[in-house]
Amino acid sequence: MTLNFILNGNPISVETPPDRRVVDLLREDLGLSGTKECCGSGECGACTILVDGESRLSCLMLAAQLEDRVILTIEGVAANGEFHIVQQAFVNHGAVQCGFCTPGMILATLDLLRRIPDPTREDVRRELSGNLCRCTGYQKIVDAVMAAARIVNGGAR
Amino acid sequence: MEVLFPRTVEELQKLMKDTPDGLIMAGGTDLLVKLRRTGRKPPAIFCTERINELQQVDVRAGEVAIGSAVTLQRLLECNTVQTELTALFQALSVLASPPVRHSATLTGNLCTASPAGDTLPPLNVLGAEVEVCSSGERRRQPVAEFITGPGETTLKVGKIVTAVIIPRPTVGTRSVYFKVGRRKAMAIAVASMAACIVAGDDEKIQNIKLAWGSVGPTVVTAPDAEAYLMGRSLSFDSFRKAGLIVADAVDPIDDVRASADYRRRVAGNLLLRLCGLERSE
Repeated sequence: MTLNFILNGNPISVETPPDRRVVDLLREDLGLSGTKECCGSGECGACTILVDGESRLSCLMLAAQLEDRVILTIEGVAANGEFHIVQQAFVNHGAVQCGFCTPGMILATLDLLRRIPDPTREDVRRELSGNLCRCTGYQKIVDAVMAAARIVNGGAR
Repeated sequence: MEVLFPRTVEELQKLMKDTPDGLIMAGGTDLLVKLRRTGRKPPAIFCTERINELQQVDVRAGEVAIGSAVTLQRLLECNTVQTELTALFQALSVLASPPVRHSATLTGNLCTASPAGDTLPPLNVLGAEVEVCSSGERRRQPVAEFITGPGETTLKVGKIVTAVIIPRPTVGTRSVYFKVGRRKAMAIAVASMAACIVAGDDEKIQNIKLAWGSVGPTVVTAPDAEAYLMGRSLSFDSFRKAGLIVADAVDPIDDVRASADYRRRVAGNLLLRLCGLERSE
């Protein structure tokens, strides 16, 4: 089928089997390997993307579901080559170690800050509970998200 | 494998008639995992996510009708669910994780019919019904009858669930859901319990409904424990004694998450959490 949707701000049209998993479409067909696959069953959040602004798991979506939707992957977050506030906060707070969970964490954080602009640490832990990290112990990730929220609320960008 | 997006219930039924081996997908968070694990390839998948009628949460005078394509996240944001259907709200809050809740549906949780399904005990004590549509006709069936065993429901080929309908509790009714899991999120319950209680000004129980998850092949109820508690106070002593009845009523198994003995004990002890239950009025 011919699939039309908005990917990282640009309308695109791709030829794909309708039952192709979105994570495979992104990584293998479109070369966007920033989206990671780990468990393949919705447990880990490594494959998180934003669909119409909402965090969804690209390993549990079929390509045909993307028709007419607005998709954001990690490649579209720093589209102009400069880090987004959330990405910079992750760097500043040492919230990245091996980096495998980071794209999913960043996208889940964007969704979290859209819904809860001024979160508590508990809010952050709850809202990122679908994204597993085996390196950091989460402390630094929560630090980074709290710092990003302060900057966003301060209107710095 | 075709992936089709009917826009109306009628269109969906026509597709199902033309391709009887096709499968219905709501959020896909159970179905796609299952298909990948088993390698099964149905000829077609019918997605309900673009059927407008099934996207509605209809808050009526005496009941709330939740369309079968409504995501769990939308339910969590619904004021009536937050304030009146508290047991369901609490279950949704601890079901899987945010990105799963952005796809998954209440009807999907029911049709998967896992013994550990988080929404099943709340729907049971709240007296929810399932609205099933077949060839244009819609019938209601209590949730407790709809689920017949682990992974088994009364839903037959060619029929679809259009909504879950929950009566709005009378003022003064308190409902709660407690879950014991190995983690706070993304955990399959080791044991869970939902309760719906009406107590008088004297704190004596006038009506109580209880249901447990993960301690039997499907939701487990304990009518004897409910009968024992009727007319008694919301005290530690009442619940401790009722808990002993519950430990006999449940039928848990040993698995990777917990032993049957542990589950039996927890099922009874969960009742003790009802002691300090605050009045909602």
